[in-house]
Amino acid sequence: MAERSFVKEVEKLRAGEGEVFRGEGILAITKALLENGVGYVGGYQGSPISHLMDVLADAQDILGELGVHFEASASEAAAAAMLAASVHYPIRGAVTFKSTVGTNVASDALANLSSGGVTGGSLVIVGEDYGEGSSIMQERSHAFAMKSQIWLLDPRPNLPSIVKAVGDGFELSEASNTPVMLQVRIRSCHVHGEFTTKDNQRPSMSVADALENPKRDLNRIVLPPASFLHEQEKVTKRLPAALDYIQTHKLNELFGPQGSNVGIILQGGMYNGVIRALQRLGLADINGETQIPLYVMNVTYPLVPAEITEFCRTKEAVLVVEEGYPDYLEQAVGAMLQKEGLTTKLEGKGPFPEAGEYTGQVMLDSIQTFLATHCDALPGKGRAPNTPGALPDIKELQEVVPMRPPGFCVGCPERPIFAATKLVEDELGPHHIASDIGCHLFSIMPPFGIGSTTMGYGLGPASASAFNTTKTDRRSISFMGDGGFWHNGLTTSIGNAVFNQNDGVIVIVDNYYSAATGGQDILSSRANNKSKSTKHPITEAVKGVGVKWVRQLDRTYDVTQMQSILKEALTTDVKGPKVIIASSECMLNKQRREKPIINQAVKEQKRVVKTRFGVDEDVCTGDHACMRLSGCPSLTVKDLDDPLRDDPVAHIDQNCVGCGNCGEVADAAILCPSFYQADTIHNPSKTERFFSKIRGRIISALQNWRERRSLIIEEA
Amino acid sequence: MDIDTQWQALGTGEDETRTITKIAIFAVGGQGGGVLTDWIVNLAEANGYKAQSTSVAGVAQRTGATIYYVEMAPDTGKAPVFSLSPAQGDVDIVICAELMEAGRAVIRGFVTADKTTLIASSHRILAVSEKIVPGKGEQDSDVVLSRLGNASQKLVAFNMEEVAADNGSVISSSLFGALAGSGALPFLKSTYEDTIRKGGKGVKASLASFNASFEHAQSSAAAGSAGTKRPEQLKPEKALTVRGPEKKRAAWQLLLSRIEALPKQAHEMALAGLRKAVEFQDLEYGEEYLNHLEIVLASDTENGNWEFTRVAAKYIANAMCYDDTIRVADIKTQKTRLQRVEREIGLGAENQLELTEYLHPRMEEICGTLPVRLGKWIEARPKVFSWLDRRVNKGRRIRTHSVRGFLSLWLISSLKPWRRSFLRHEIETEHLQNWRDLAIKTVHSDYDLAVEILTCRRLIKGYSDTHKRGHSKFDRVLSSLTLLKDRKDAADWLRRLREAALLDEKGEALEGALKTIQTL
Repeated sequence: MAERSFVKEVEKLRAGEGEVFRGEGILAITKALLENGVGYVGGYQGSPISHLMDVLADAQDILGELGVHFEASASEAAAAAMLAASVHYPIRGAVTFKSTVGTNVASDALANLSSGGVTGGSLVIVGEDYGEGSSIMQERSHAFAMKSQIWLLDPRPNLPSIVKAVGDGFELSEASNTPVMLQVRIRSCHVHGEFTTKDNQRPSMSVADALENPKRDLNRIVLPPASFLHEQEKVTKRLPAALDYIQTHKLNELFGPQGSNVGIILQGGMYNGVIRALQRLGLADINGETQIPLYVMNVTYPLVPAEITEFCRTKEAVLVVEEGYPDYLEQAVGAMLQKEGLTTKLEGKGPFPEAGEYTGQVMLDSIQTFLATHCDALPGKGRAPNTPGALPDIKELQEVVPMRPPGFCVGCPERPIFAATKLVEDELGPHHIASDIGCHLFSIMPPFGIGSTTMGYGLGPASASAFNTTKTDRRSISFMGDGGFWHNGLTTSIGNAVFNQNDGVIVIVDNYYSAATGGQDILSSRANNKSKSTKHPITEAVKGVGVKWVRQLDRTYDVTQMQSILKEALTTDVKGPKVIIASSECMLNKQRREKPIINQAVKEQKRVVKTRFGVDEDVCTGDHACMRLSGCPSLTVKDLDDPLRDDPVAHIDQNCVGCGNCGEVADAAILCPSFYQADTIHNPSKTERFFSKIRGRIISALQNWRERRSLIIEEA
Repeated sequence: MDIDTQWQALGTGEDETRTITKIAIFAVGGQGGGVLTDWIVNLAEANGYKAQSTSVAGVAQRTGATIYYVEMAPDTGKAPVFSLSPAQGDVDIVICAELMEAGRAVIRGFVTADKTTLIASSHRILAVSEKIVPGKGEQDSDVVLSRLGNASQKLVAFNMEEVAADNGSVISSSLFGALAGSGALPFLKSTYEDTIRKGGKGVKASLASFNASFEHAQSSAAAGSAGTKRPEQLKPEKALTVRGPEKKRAAWQLLLSRIEALPKQAHEMALAGLRKAVEFQDLEYGEEYLNHLEIVLASDTENGNWEFTRVAAKYIANAMCYDDTIRVADIKTQKTRLQRVEREIGLGAENQLELTEYLHPRMEEICGTLPVRLGKWIEARPKVFSWLDRRVNKGRRIRTHSVRGFLSLWLISSLKPWRRSFLRHEIETEHLQNWRDLAIKTVHSDYDLAVEILTCRRLIKGYSDTHKRGHSKFDRVLSSLTLLKDRKDAADWLRRLREAALLDEKGEALEGALKTIQTL
């Protein structure tokens, strides 16, 4: 079960001709796929397109009604390979994943796909995880499009444009026998807006039709001599066809008066940012009516030389607005101007910074600089707009405001794994620790500070493979999540370690989901999933590829146990990789699943136990050793109203879900006796009530006996 | 590049986005910023506006700082081009669900004095970096709070988390109430309420919280006192009452009269210390405490405003009331403790409470609770000690709601009358004596240094290894005294060393500071 449910929203996908659709960008893309008669859809979750996968998963009934096949692919490579269905058959297919990391994984399949070319429209929807909110290395997907010759769409970030781009993409793909990449940025995936819908279309050919009428064409298979033919075909047939289609159907857009002596060439995705800068400069109105000519490239690869030289011919200077580095577009435009013999001054990186996100301020400063340099002829309109006010003195604030990086949630089952690791390192000394991709990567942050590198999804153990030597007894430790394990880690990391007789310790953090991407099910998920096969134990898979030393821990909160297993793994004489599978359900998902059930049960007068932890403030001495092994948002500090105390004491707030990490850590690390577990029993049974009363009486009697003999000091 | 001159050179028209209202919401992941964002969009649309919202989802927001962004403009029939992210210096309303996030919004340039209405909850959610410091790690809220007013055009700041909690709701509703109360949007209050109703979840609590926050925002705006904390009332001196056997009450009164004889500056501390000592052991122990104080006082002078005595009153009490097994067992079996737990978890009358204590005693703690000679005998024999330790040293979950669990702790606490004859008491008493004498010896030559020596007791806290580490820090800090001998700034240095010792767990900062002293 995914973190967010779209069961209600997907009903909007049934909207017919002429209705107004309101919702998020990803939902609009799904609707557009259905309107364009897509035959099959696949993908791999990851921000910012995780929700696209969640929407599709929740929309399976609707997809089924239309005869659309949906698959939650095992990886981006699997998703891209799925597009092979459109090589010989005129079926429209779409896959989606996070980019650039997903495109990295998918690139083998994508390169093969684009070499042979496609018959049915093939759309790769990439969520460009770039700029604020991104969690990956900052690169551009553009290079993939260029190296494999996949057309790249970068539509203006509003729902009608994105929806149109889906249809354009399919048609462009079919017209030029080339797969098309549709790029959507972080914020356009989650932008709320509206567009007018069309009827959904059943695919003209279904995957069943194809299975019944198999086809093959030797010329479409990537093997010499066909591969050399493909190389030629790409430039002699497919590229001209694409350029023709783009021009004829006006996929790129012109805005504003074309007579001006300056102009701006921009990626479609930059449109709103550019318009906002012009609006603030008084050069565009609120609805985007601009006085500066714009050439908006909703297709950023291939570029259309005829359109670009035409746009530049009358201009003294043009500005290329292209986010990220390298400046592929600017270089290409420069070459076109040169070849055409135009003297138009080309600007881009220069007024704009070489690297980094084009934020509002960057956009404003850079466009203004360009205009101020190249167009003194602009009509004066009086006072300078938006002169930035004096910025407040922020030096002192900067010293006080703490960093707030993301971290483990309240009750996260991964926290105790790293608490145990920290304790083991305290005892056995520091180790080389390789991290992977997933929530568990938060271990690199305070308070744990565990992990040295992250090389990619499912590659944690592989990234420690060089540290395999008999010259020392000290072993490397590597972490990998269950998501990464099933993505490719089983072969790339575990198989690799077995084959190369790696002696290191591998911890597989199993939280029952692909949790970091939003809690999607995977092979080892414990949930019943009506359309997927789950409950395949990781232990079996690991043993299956030949690991001899395997330990399964079924409650990660048992810090003492985790500690002893880890110690055993680091010291055992057994050769080969030592694999520990530490399993407990992602608390975010567990709470989402159980909370409503529990609350309902309480309402229905059923017996329910709710657990919370607490701290005895008189016992706590305020040394905060527990915090250094936790970082739980609900474990915080509070000041006591006691003049004898200097330091605040530990305090557990009402967000505690009673996971037990505090108590377990206090026990395992022998910290202090301050923690208690409070189990509240709702609707206790009659017998329970009876015994509780008896117990209460005995306990009060003991307390009263002592009180009568002592001096009790109280505040008045 | 000099932007100002560029503006002049361009000399173009006015900002065309004046009719667009730009709202940025700064929250900590998990605070429900998405709900608030949806409410604002729905509110705008209900009032005949076009609106657009964006957010950043994904792993990057798990418990970290997150931003939501909304733009809206009156619907003219055409589709406005909205921006997808906030720009510096161009945000009309900034809503912050936590105080430091408000500070961050200012630092990032989204809050400006010429246009921004800043709505900020003044409560704190501590960052990990603030919590892991062995001493006081919390950043100064007042620094941020005092800067917000000047940084913004209008500020509405109060504890919106508390308002929400008081009404059984979550912060999104009180933030929404503060937004309405601020008057920053030209919408009727009733349209806000309708928006909440249409949301359909927890409507009653949300409305109550919304309204309470609305009132708060309006009154603070009217009084022009937004952003200031509620004036802190002077704490009245705590009056204590006692009950129990008459003889003991009389003895208590006698002790109180001895406090009266101390300088006024030390009264509050001495009273708290006396109470602690008596509760820790008995009235005679309270007497011992006052004896210590009177000895200290004899070396104190009025010139120091009796600081030496005041500080001694604090730390001698803490030193005397060391954290042994008896104290822990005593606290865990008190009636008031159970009441406090019930209050903290909000136990309903119909519910039942079960308590489990997480304890992990080691042989060291057991030895400390044995008669001096026996304890020393065992400690002197490593083999015996470790044989016993293997049997004792393990995690124990004591269920204090059960008679058996309760009784086990109750019996340990019943050892109190014999405490004075136990090994731990001897060790602690000796340590206390040496430390007190060191301070008294120093006070005549260097008053401030003597005060600092007393204050170093703060370093000793925690249990088991943490306690040991505290002791080692204490020893290391005081070891500098020979180096600091006869230096005028010795007190200053000792304070610096102590502060360094509280910065990190292992005492790395302290080591650095000690090295500096060696080079003096």
